[in-house]
Amino acid sequence: MSGGALLSVRDLRVGFATEDGPLQAVDGVSFDLAPGEVLAIVGESGSGKSVTAQTVVGLTRSPGARIEGSARLGETELIGASDSELRLVRGERIGMVFQDPMTSLNPVYRVGAQIVEAIRAHRPRIGKGEAHRQAVELLDSVGIPDPGRRIDAYPHELSGGMRQRAMIAMALALDPEVLIADEPTTALDVTVQAQILALIERLNRARGLATILITHDFGVVAEAADRVLVMYAGRVVEEGTLDEIFYDPQHPYTWGLLGSLTRIDRPRPRRLPQIGGSPPSLLDLPQGCSFRPRCPHAFDRCAELPALDARVPETAEHRDRCWLDPETKREQRQVEGEIGLEAPA
Amino acid sequence: MTADGPKTGAGVGKSSRRRPVLLEVTDLVKHFRVKGLFGREVDRVRAVDGVSFEVRQGETLGLVGESGSGKSTLCRAVLQLIEPSAGSVRFEGREIAGLSRREMRPLRREMQMVFQNPQASLNPRKRVGQIVGYPLKLQAAASGPELRRRVQELLERVGLSPEHYDRFPHEFSGGQQQRVGIARALALRPKLIIADEPVSALDVSIRAQIVNLLDDLQEELGLTYLFVAHDIGVVRHVADRIAVMREGKIVEQGSADEICERPKDAYTKKLLAAVPIPDPRESRLRRQAGSVGAG
Repeated sequence: MSGGALLSVRDLRVGFATEDGPLQAVDGVSFDLAPGEVLAIVGESGSGKSVTAQTVVGLTRSPGARIEGSARLGETELIGASDSELRLVRGERIGMVFQDPMTSLNPVYRVGAQIVEAIRAHRPRIGKGEAHRQAVELLDSVGIPDPGRRIDAYPHELSGGMRQRAMIAMALALDPEVLIADEPTTALDVTVQAQILALIERLNRARGLATILITHDFGVVAEAADRVLVMYAGRVVEEGTLDEIFYDPQHPYTWGLLGSLTRIDRPRPRRLPQIGGSPPSLLDLPQGCSFRPRCPHAFDRCAELPALDARVPETAEHRDRCWLDPETKREQRQVEGEIGLEAPA
Repeated sequence: MTADGPKTGAGVGKSSRRRPVLLEVTDLVKHFRVKGLFGREVDRVRAVDGVSFEVRQGETLGLVGESGSGKSTLCRAVLQLIEPSAGSVRFEGREIAGLSRREMRPLRREMQMVFQNPQASLNPRKRVGQIVGYPLKLQAAASGPELRRRVQELLERVGLSPEHYDRFPHEFSGGQQQRVGIARALALRPKLIIADEPVSALDVSIRAQIVNLLDDLQEELGLTYLFVAHDIGVVRHVADRIAVMREGKIVEQGSADEICERPKDAYTKKLLAAVPIPDPRESRLRRQAGSVGAG
């Protein structure tokens, strides 16, 4: 596919042996990430969104895990790379931010010391003084006020938003090419969330940082992403540009989710459109399309798994796994609450 | 932008001012002492700092606030799970602030709570039937086959099946666990349900189901809700009226549409402006207008 990709993931498969039997957490995920692009991976718990990203940086390796496929960062193949190679990639080339900064920051070290350590572990020639200066600059660049003083704070002395900023500063310390942000704002208040999303967008523009944004929240996606992968039960069920996903969603799961959101910018419906049932257990997936048992439009063909194909004419990059033809879907969506129609002016 | 009339009921307008007040909270205060060395009080956390509101029968009051705003403390103080420092809580006209545990006991039937994390609020060693039946047993409201029958009825009412009686919580999905939590809250036929973030821990594809279930139950059983959440979008959908809480105080309250469409308080405005809108064109416009991410 596109030659300009910075990170190229092909047919990634991750299986785990569990007490209750083997399960396929990620089942054939492929995507490209271009420099400066924000790719959102959207899904619920168990969709495989986090496992996908963690596998790319080698964090799911364990004796019970079976990992197949390819993830190339430039010329480097990450699947099958040695642990020491991956340690270099993490931090140097791929920075990571997680939902709860408290689990990533060491509570007994000052924030600055942790950033300094990250810098010096990878760049032994940088002196302590220089590393300290860089750390202050980093804290400043992520919008932490009075960074010269905050650098000496312990994580618990910072608010949730400031902690997440510090976490982002640390992820950026070695000037990586890719940032993986796994639910970076889920634990934060909405007012703080807006600031963190604006920060990620700014860094993205200023540094040309390619970002994988993992979230369950379509609001966050709309604010920050360029392209979207929607995952369900370990598979990508739909991918496309931001506008394709929001205004012409092709998979009934995508449009079902979009339709069930409570929106403050629209008149409230008497009743919220809902998707029935629950996400399937990965230990006991239905045959064919995984969404079939919950899908109001399922028919006999759905017992066979549809490939992730471009089905909408003239949109080669908009792909989905649904057998319904796009025209039928358009009609169905209108019946179900105007999903994918033009937003009111 | 206008909402299409009252949320439920065929044009009855359940927020009607004529309905009797079920819960009336006046100047409620809960301060926590911060003790220094030698147990001397060195500071005070004003978790709830003079809060007043009322909830009428059959209505939903949405309480919105960010973390640390005091909304959970407020719920606990209303239910007398913690003793308020000052102020009054009237339930059906009767003062309950300061009642002893024994005096509160008969009233506990009338007020129940639904929690955020169903997994943490259900005993993993008990079967669902025992969990849902426990309040009935505790209040000696039913026993034996009658108890089982009532529990099974409750399970059906919340969209589970009577066969789920003998299952354990871990056999259920998150959404089903929350249904169990709701069935338990309904067991004693309460008048008031305080729901503290009832959908925020659930998967997105499940949230609408639980919101709709709470809506249906309210209509069928005439329940009154105090619905507490940080997500003003969800609150606006379920609530007739909304109170916005910040740093222990209610900064603004009014009808759900008033608050969301014509907010007066600066904090309410800021909160609304920060809610991400799942509509890329809309959010591009907002970003251009510079209302997001500022400050």
